[in-house]
Amino acid sequence: MADSAVHDIQSVYEPSLFGTYSKKIGMWLFLLSDSLTFGALLYAYSYGRISTEGWPTPFHSESIVNATIMTAFLLTSSLTMVLAVRASVHGDAKGQRLWLLATMLCGTGFIVLHGREWSNLIAEGLTLPMFPKVPGREAASEFVNVSKTVPQFGATFFGLTGMHMLHVTLGVIYLGVVALRRKFIPILLVLWLVAWLATPAYSPFHYGAHVLLIGAIVCSIILWLKPKLYDSSDVEVAGLYWHFVDLVWMFIFPLVYLMSAKIL
Amino acid sequence: MATHEFAAQESHAHAAPQGFVRKWVFSLDHKVIGLQYYFLALAAVFVGMFLSLLMRIHLIWPTLPLPLLGDIKPETYLTLVTMHGTIMVFFVLTTAPQGGFGNYFLPIQIGAPDMAFPVLNMLSFWTTLLGFIVMIAAFFVAGGAPLHGWTGYAPLSAMQSTGPGEGLGADLWIISIAIFCIGALMGALNFITTTLDMRAKGMTMMRLPLTVWAWFVTAILGLLAFGVLLSAGILLLMDRNLGTSFFVPLVTINGQLTGHKGGSPLLWQHLFWFFGHPEVYIAILPAMGMCSQLLSVFSRKPIFGYKAMVYAILGIGFLGFMVWGHHMFMSGMSPYTAFAFSIMTMGIGVPSAIKTFNWLGTLMRGRIRFTSPMLFAIGFVSLFVSGGISGPFLAQPVLDIQLHDTYFVPAHFHLIMGVASIFGIFAATYYWFPKMFGRMMNESMARWHFWFSFIGTYAIFMPMHYLGMAGMPRRYSQLTEVTYLHGLIPLQKFITYAAFVTIAGQLIFLVNLFWSMFKGKQASDNPWEATTLEWTTATPPPHDNFGGHTPVVHNGPYEYNVPGAPRDYVMQSDPEIGPAH
Repeated sequence: MADSAVHDIQSVYEPSLFGTYSKKIGMWLFLLSDSLTFGALLYAYSYGRISTEGWPTPFHSESIVNATIMTAFLLTSSLTMVLAVRASVHGDAKGQRLWLLATMLCGTGFIVLHGREWSNLIAEGLTLPMFPKVPGREAASEFVNVSKTVPQFGATFFGLTGMHMLHVTLGVIYLGVVALRRKFIPILLVLWLVAWLATPAYSPFHYGAHVLLIGAIVCSIILWLKPKLYDSSDVEVAGLYWHFVDLVWMFIFPLVYLMSAKIL
Repeated sequence: MATHEFAAQESHAHAAPQGFVRKWVFSLDHKVIGLQYYFLALAAVFVGMFLSLLMRIHLIWPTLPLPLLGDIKPETYLTLVTMHGTIMVFFVLTTAPQGGFGNYFLPIQIGAPDMAFPVLNMLSFWTTLLGFIVMIAAFFVAGGAPLHGWTGYAPLSAMQSTGPGEGLGADLWIISIAIFCIGALMGALNFITTTLDMRAKGMTMMRLPLTVWAWFVTAILGLLAFGVLLSAGILLLMDRNLGTSFFVPLVTINGQLTGHKGGSPLLWQHLFWFFGHPEVYIAILPAMGMCSQLLSVFSRKPIFGYKAMVYAILGIGFLGFMVWGHHMFMSGMSPYTAFAFSIMTMGIGVPSAIKTFNWLGTLMRGRIRFTSPMLFAIGFVSLFVSGGISGPFLAQPVLDIQLHDTYFVPAHFHLIMGVASIFGIFAATYYWFPKMFGRMMNESMARWHFWFSFIGTYAIFMPMHYLGMAGMPRRYSQLTEVTYLHGLIPLQKFITYAAFVTIAGQLIFLVNLFWSMFKGKQASDNPWEATTLEWTTATPPPHDNFGGHTPVVHNGPYEYNVPGAPRDYVMQSDPEIGPAH
């Protein structure tokens, strides 16, 4: 943006109440609203947990270790995100793209690990009534019992972590568009095909993969409507979103995993 | 770093669109989007009104087959109740005053060329429209529309097999509301950012017209409330389609276990009303803002107590989030909790009374011009008081237990939130029509419309208080066979006849609206001699609102009857009139 244009705008408007640009305020407002959305889910979880007698604590060390690695992935991604923002501020286009891709990679790692975790738990019997049965697995573990006696456990687990996983997925798509713009759309379509074809029909991710297709369509529409160049402010705003998703996990991890670990 | 920090307000301007589709269909212009919202709400209000007409006919002639629907079974009646409520609350009361007028006039009144995020603005309209289409689709699927009421209480709403409309119809209902939430969230954050960031030079927060304050606070409420409803809707969809039991306890249907257990219907009520009560203020606050504006313009006096009005709006918005429990007095909540909710609820009476007295103070000793917008604004105050009086009754758990689920409750909320808000929309339509379409609306048709609506509204809803106190329960399809309610049938008949007349009166409005659009008298740029910025620009406003320049504001929004001024009003962009005022 030319300096003279900026100067003009400065002189005809009242200063912004928060002294920053609109996109950033918009993102903060969205995060405020989204924290209410997650707040309602966490409230539902707490409500179920408190009102249910004998809430189970079935997560064995394997799950906890896996979730800890996932947490490490997310925390690392926040670091790479900060580095991407710093690179963008210094006008380092290459570094910005590289760090954004690193962030996306960490996010994707989180999703893949989480997906594996879901699949394992479903195979072991922690499932929802409408999830299709996993063929060839004779589930007779503690989780089968949990699903029968305290259905709230599986419901809140899949509801909360599923909503969070959706946010991480959308975050990866968002960062992809900021980093690669139009070039990201074909990559997204390939990812969708791979995710769709590689998951068996009984897996919830078989249908969940269509989120990527919908994301690709919505991104195409937005890029068509607003074919602009992205600057450092876009990276910063995307970073806000990414850190928020990370922050939400810092609530979900202790509340859902650690408080239900077997050692308790 | 420095470059973009100083580019605090990037240029939001975009080139004027060429071609019909970009100009009128996929438009980024807030004015066109405002009109799109307005006409969406207009279509919705007639659907909703038609449904209420069918209900009123069925209530007094229960065996009469109805057009399109044939014989009304009890579940069909519940479908009418549900869809009337849902369409009216979401697609009329939330859509028209905020999405319609807010979109059109918020940027102009603060001196901005457009909303902060025009693309987001367009997306929010198309999302809302999609929600409406999905909602209407629920009528046409197997089993028809849902019957769980606009509040969607679980477990009725949380299972597929609880009734004829609870299959695909109820799924579409929930999906439609989730889509609506997303659209409302996009709109809300756009409104807030625009108000914070794009005020013209001199337009300080305390010089904002009260309409802008109302839209701004409404947007904050929407931002915080719709996110919660979205969550609740997702959980409800999971209950219905994935077999979870968030809201369903161990229940049987026709003696069969459902397979659900362990959930709590109260959880739904908490989540729903945490959204639902602020939603009431989302519907009424913009009407309050418009009313404040019009009373000042047509009394030719500054609004009485501008600052008190602003703080009252903020106070109502804040308290609105503290009182959702008063919808749940019957749920077996602890009397102490009920007491706390009750006190909070009555506390809302304080800012509401401040507003009412300020409106009366504005009217007092004014040189009142009884134009049609002014009539509707005064009608709004009347309805707001009449409907508000019954609020403290319902806010007390002891009385509420008696009055709950009787006609007293629909009487209360229709007066204060339904029709009062509609009167705000009417007032705003008559007031801003000249700016939007460049022509005046027909004044004598407008007056006929006012008297039909005003008297009709009271004739419909005042008797409902008595029905409620006499014990007539709401939502039942056929009460003519119940002996102890026999004495009330004449009153029910009276209400239905009054509804016929009132609805006929609304056709006058429809004719006036479209007739005036093409045949009305040409309007000048400032036909009402008002002071706010929309009246400084051309009629209708150009694409960037002010034709290439940005206005500079020197005065407050309500400078009428200023001593020493050449006219009896000083516009916001006129030279400053001095600090004495």
